[in-house]
Amino acid sequence: MGSTLYKKKAPLIIFLAPAFAFLLVFLYYPFIQNVINSVSQITGLGRPAEGLQSPWYANYAQLLADPKLHTALQNTLILIVCTVVFEVGIALVLALLVDSIEKGAQVFRTLYFFPIVISATALGLMFNLIFLYKGGMVNQLLLNLGLIQQAIDWKDSAHFLFTMFSPVMWQYVGFYFVILVTGLNNIPGDLYEAAALDGCDGLRRVRYISLPLLRNVLCTCLVLAITGALKVFDLPWVMFGAGMPQDQGWLTGTYMYDQTFNRGNVDYGSAIAMLIVVLGVILSNLANRVFRPREDIEF
Amino acid sequence: MNSKKMRLHPAALATYLVLIFWACTTVYPFLWVILNSFREKGRIRSDSFSIPLPGSGFTLDNYRTAMERFDFGSAYANSLIVSVTVTAAVVLIAGLAAYGLVRYRFRGRKLLYSLIMAGMMFPVFSTIIPVFRMEAAWHIASTGNRWLSLLSVILPQIAGNLCFAIIVLMGFIQSVPIDLEESAYLDGCNVFQVYFHIIVPTARSSFATVAIFSFLWSYNDLFTQNFFLRFPAEKTITLLLNEISSQAGVNYGLMAASVVIIVIPVLAVYIALQKNIIKGLTAGAIKG
Repeated sequence: MGSTLYKKKAPLIIFLAPAFAFLLVFLYYPFIQNVINSVSQITGLGRPAEGLQSPWYANYAQLLADPKLHTALQNTLILIVCTVVFEVGIALVLALLVDSIEKGAQVFRTLYFFPIVISATALGLMFNLIFLYKGGMVNQLLLNLGLIQQAIDWKDSAHFLFTMFSPVMWQYVGFYFVILVTGLNNIPGDLYEAAALDGCDGLRRVRYISLPLLRNVLCTCLVLAITGALKVFDLPWVMFGAGMPQDQGWLTGTYMYDQTFNRGNVDYGSAIAMLIVVLGVILSNLANRVFRPREDIEF
Repeated sequence: MNSKKMRLHPAALATYLVLIFWACTTVYPFLWVILNSFREKGRIRSDSFSIPLPGSGFTLDNYRTAMERFDFGSAYANSLIVSVTVTAAVVLIAGLAAYGLVRYRFRGRKLLYSLIMAGMMFPVFSTIIPVFRMEAAWHIASTGNRWLSLLSVILPQIAGNLCFAIIVLMGFIQSVPIDLEESAYLDGCNVFQVYFHIIVPTARSSFATVAIFSFLWSYNDLFTQNFFLRFPAEKTITLLLNEISSQAGVNYGLMAASVVIIVIPVLAVYIALQKNIIKGLTAGAIKG
């Protein structure tokens, strides 16, 4: 970036000030409050703190000993792996395929967006009926095909992970798809034309042009996938509620919500929020290390 | 991209098969909701996957009941005021910040970037209580004044969408070729002209993408709205759906009809903005 255009730094203030003013007041300040809450003693929603915890790190010690939280962490880590592999993976394949066709690309772009448009309340209701024990779509289908002899309880401890994760992943493929397709569109067309003249086509075009130039956008997707998975709340909450089945179904997002808003453990909930942020920072730094975004990519 | 010709060989066929398969999975649930919105009360649980025909369960009652019992007009108005304001503010503010962070080299740049990353991890549940207290102290929240209440939702929603928007826009602006900006500068443009005349048009598909997601999250966000909007006149469309689902109980048909009514504006916005994501437009700008 040796441009002379950006040597004068004065305009930078105008570029950055509005964003950081907003973030400071409505994100960072409230979050500092959250840090303070996590070491205070708060017994109910909307109640003021009654002094510090004794010892001050009591909530964090509780984090280490809480078996439900361990379950939540375990489930969330599985979800992160699935998210990265399936959500971003499927979205990448679909984006590359849509990018390679001439006719109907616009139609697919619109259709793939549908799942994110419908609110989680509606989707949760729908998936509950799809996975219903008696007369649900999945069970009916499998029984009729003769693949199973007896209806499966999709929400029991053997199947709940699949039942919980597949709707979440299905819903967000469209999201990463839109981001990746936009990234592909930003690749100038003459590059492809030049490559085609050199006899570079099909898969080799993907390997040597699309993927390398998509690297930064893919990095962004990875970070979004990781932080998104740590915060996932609405669909699992609508489908499974508080930790079904038998406290095995917690995620970090649902567990934190339950502690804060249902049980009034505002201080402990704040400590869980801290854990979510710390994990998010560590994991997305890790992702950035591995798939380091490059700033030297130029067309 | 005239170089890419439709070739009718097996690879193209396979491509279409895969794409159509995924399209079925995304369209089917939507169809399912629409079909069940025309189904008679009480039949969804037992028979939710067939097509309701006149005489065997078809009815318009769900829409009639929804329209009679609930005030969709004012809820639409409130939702659109909130979401359009949030979207416009996010795109404007995030675009400027992303541009500054990508193109300028300065001390503290890494720190600001990490702050934005960290901001993306904050769960909204953890910031909402302090924000509510703060806005109550400023006499914005829970005043009973409709406009102030809407503002009290708009402000935290802007902040909540900013980090995501900045991160995504940074990724896209990074790939805008810097030579264009150089030559504009040599022609006598200042930085702001460069931003509005070069960056924004070149990356317009990226801006449209961010706008779509900001609109969608603001529109569908139940949690923040539920927290700040308490009076009937302030009700937004998501709150209305929530109210309907708690009142309707097992009347799934009524819920399905409400979902359809709620989804329509979002689809309209998406299709309107989607024109900007079409390829040729951006390719032309980069070549220019």
